[in-house]
Amino acid sequence: MVFGIPGGTILPAYDPLLDSTKVRHILVRHEQGAGHAATGYAQATGKVGVCMATSGPGATNLVTPLADANMDSVPVVAITGQQSRPLIGTDAFQEADICGITMPITKHNVLVTDAAEIPRAIAEAFHIASTGRPGPVLVDIPKDVLQEQTSFSWPPELRLPGYRPTTRPHGKQVREAAKLIVAARKPVLYVGGGVIKADAHAELLRLAEDTGIPVVTTLMARGAFPDSHDQHLGMPGMHGTVAAVAAMQKSDLLIALGARFDDRVTGQLNSFAPDAQIIHADIDPAEISKNRRADVPIVGDCKEIITELIDAVRTESETAKAVDLTPWWDTLKSLRETFPLGYDWPEDGTLSPQYVIERIGAMSPSDTIYTAGVGQHQMWAAQFVKYEHPRTWINSGGLGTMGFAVPAAMGIKAGEPGRTVWAIDGDGCFQMTNQELATCAIEGLPVKIAVINNGNLGMVRQWQTLFYGERYSNTDLGTHKHRIPDFKLLAEALGCAGLRAESREEVDDVIAKALEINDRPVVVDFVVGKDAQVWPMVAAGTGNSEIMAARGIRPLFDEDL
Amino acid sequence: MTRHTLSVLVEDKPGVLARVAGLFSRRGFNIESLAVGRTEYPDISRMTIVVSVDELPLEQVTKQLNKLINVIKIVELEPAASVQRQLVLIKVRADATVRSQVLETVQLFRAKVVDVSPEAVTIEATGTSEKLDALLRMLEPYGLREIVQSGMVAIGRGARSITATAVR
Repeated sequence: MVFGIPGGTILPAYDPLLDSTKVRHILVRHEQGAGHAATGYAQATGKVGVCMATSGPGATNLVTPLADANMDSVPVVAITGQQSRPLIGTDAFQEADICGITMPITKHNVLVTDAAEIPRAIAEAFHIASTGRPGPVLVDIPKDVLQEQTSFSWPPELRLPGYRPTTRPHGKQVREAAKLIVAARKPVLYVGGGVIKADAHAELLRLAEDTGIPVVTTLMARGAFPDSHDQHLGMPGMHGTVAAVAAMQKSDLLIALGARFDDRVTGQLNSFAPDAQIIHADIDPAEISKNRRADVPIVGDCKEIITELIDAVRTESETAKAVDLTPWWDTLKSLRETFPLGYDWPEDGTLSPQYVIERIGAMSPSDTIYTAGVGQHQMWAAQFVKYEHPRTWINSGGLGTMGFAVPAAMGIKAGEPGRTVWAIDGDGCFQMTNQELATCAIEGLPVKIAVINNGNLGMVRQWQTLFYGERYSNTDLGTHKHRIPDFKLLAEALGCAGLRAESREEVDDVIAKALEINDRPVVVDFVVGKDAQVWPMVAAGTGNSEIMAARGIRPLFDEDL
Repeated sequence: MTRHTLSVLVEDKPGVLARVAGLFSRRGFNIESLAVGRTEYPDISRMTIVVSVDELPLEQVTKQLNKLINVIKIVELEPAASVQRQLVLIKVRADATVRSQVLETVQLFRAKVVDVSPEAVTIEATGTSEKLDALLRMLEPYGLREIVQSGMVAIGRGARSITATAVR
């Protein structure tokens, strides 16, 4: 499966694709769409996603999705055409130094200068992208190299003397970790996206149930641990649950698994989890102690680490006196009960966006895969859809790429054609990349798009409300005032079914209708109120103890937990 | 902040220098000195990089460097356990009235004169950066017309080779 658009310099690679029965090429409408589709495909299936573009603007249009895949450690291979070797460096037509441009935003990239090197370059790209900490790799091939004759043998020998990722954890470190785990009074399992990448959800469940330790799942890890599980406290971070944020703040031991202490999780770093010792397990040694010093670092694959931890904890518990976690759980349960995730209906009688998202989650099949753009709707989708399985929540976490949802949904549907795919999008995000709905309609990829249409760049507006004295500079998109564009008509123009809901009564009917349509993509325009806000919230630059459960409600202030 | 000397073995491939230099700049580290050259293996180059950083950021930059696919091995060379040298070429004003004094300074530092003209001499000197700084201070009163300095190169003392263990 390849997502791409041909052009001058990549033409020689496209010509044989016409006869290929093994490789399906999906002709997208914009290269950014190809990149995010490859990411969606990779995140849903666990396989490498592939995108292809021509030189110059084709390649530079891949910059955003490559940066996105780099931040979220997604295995993606991008193949780009390049001007012929004699023209490189002459500012030739559609020439851009894409290797130079993407150096800081790829795991690796390479310019192939000899046709005989193409097989090895491609094989190495797939190997690098999919092993160790996954990431995007770009292979840039000049047109005259693509046109050369060469002899071909497969598989080629990989020559990567500087690339040997550590996957087996150090036994001594695992035992050290186990000692801390059995002795901790307020431990928390801090689960990141690496657990999903390593397919370690089953091992995580066992470790959690063996130890009884509370679990938090980051934005990238939603689905790694079932939301319905009693030990799950929800998502930590800027818009996390009060229970999850408080658990980390008050913890005496954080067991970080495939997580990277991102600023959106830690808040102000020097006041984050002040009393906690840190066990940090990650496949990337550079993540360990990058932001927060680890007391026990473990480098390795999360599946192997957790498997060994389960055994080590068992061995350790045989000799050590068991610590009673009941007082810890009492505290956390009372927080969870006092400050559950929730929302108020807007006072002006408009539709609640949270309600819409909650209903989509409740009415869709349990194996539905959700994706989202970036902003308020993304946070609500992370909060109000209940995730039970890994790889059912796919979003742009690190880079925060608006416009991610539609093309990602396309890639997800291409990888998992038998499952329902919902993109929870915003009206701002949707207008960045909705052209790929034409691709979906033509290529037979019936995705479902919920446009949470509040007429505004909602998250920016929320910050303007809270931090800029309600001065709404350039956040009103006019989608409400003028109904431009009319998303229902736009959907129809793009070969999709267009639906709309503007009141609570219509929501269930419209979702049911959307779920029934499977012969083409569906776009539902949910016209919602513009003043709904994402809560809880830790304001940027403040400490996590300053979390606000709702506007003006500060649960951890002055309270000794 | 303390000064650290890193020996970095890299694959001799196009763009490696840009990758390494780019990594330092985008992660906010300032390179004090950089020297790149061949090794006893045709496909391996060696970079000697001098950076002034604290211990923790040094660990981070080393780990980040190690993530570059073309980087094979990184070794920090302690000043006491290594030989560290820089080369400097100095064009100093030296007419007949002061030439003998300039030449005396050259002798004192075991440097040598590689070019001479009626108004100036060009001096070649090698050593640690401290020695070269001292030489430059001594020559400054005569008038430094032009100086050019290489990056630091460094090698560990004793029989062990870091390249031999890197290629196995």
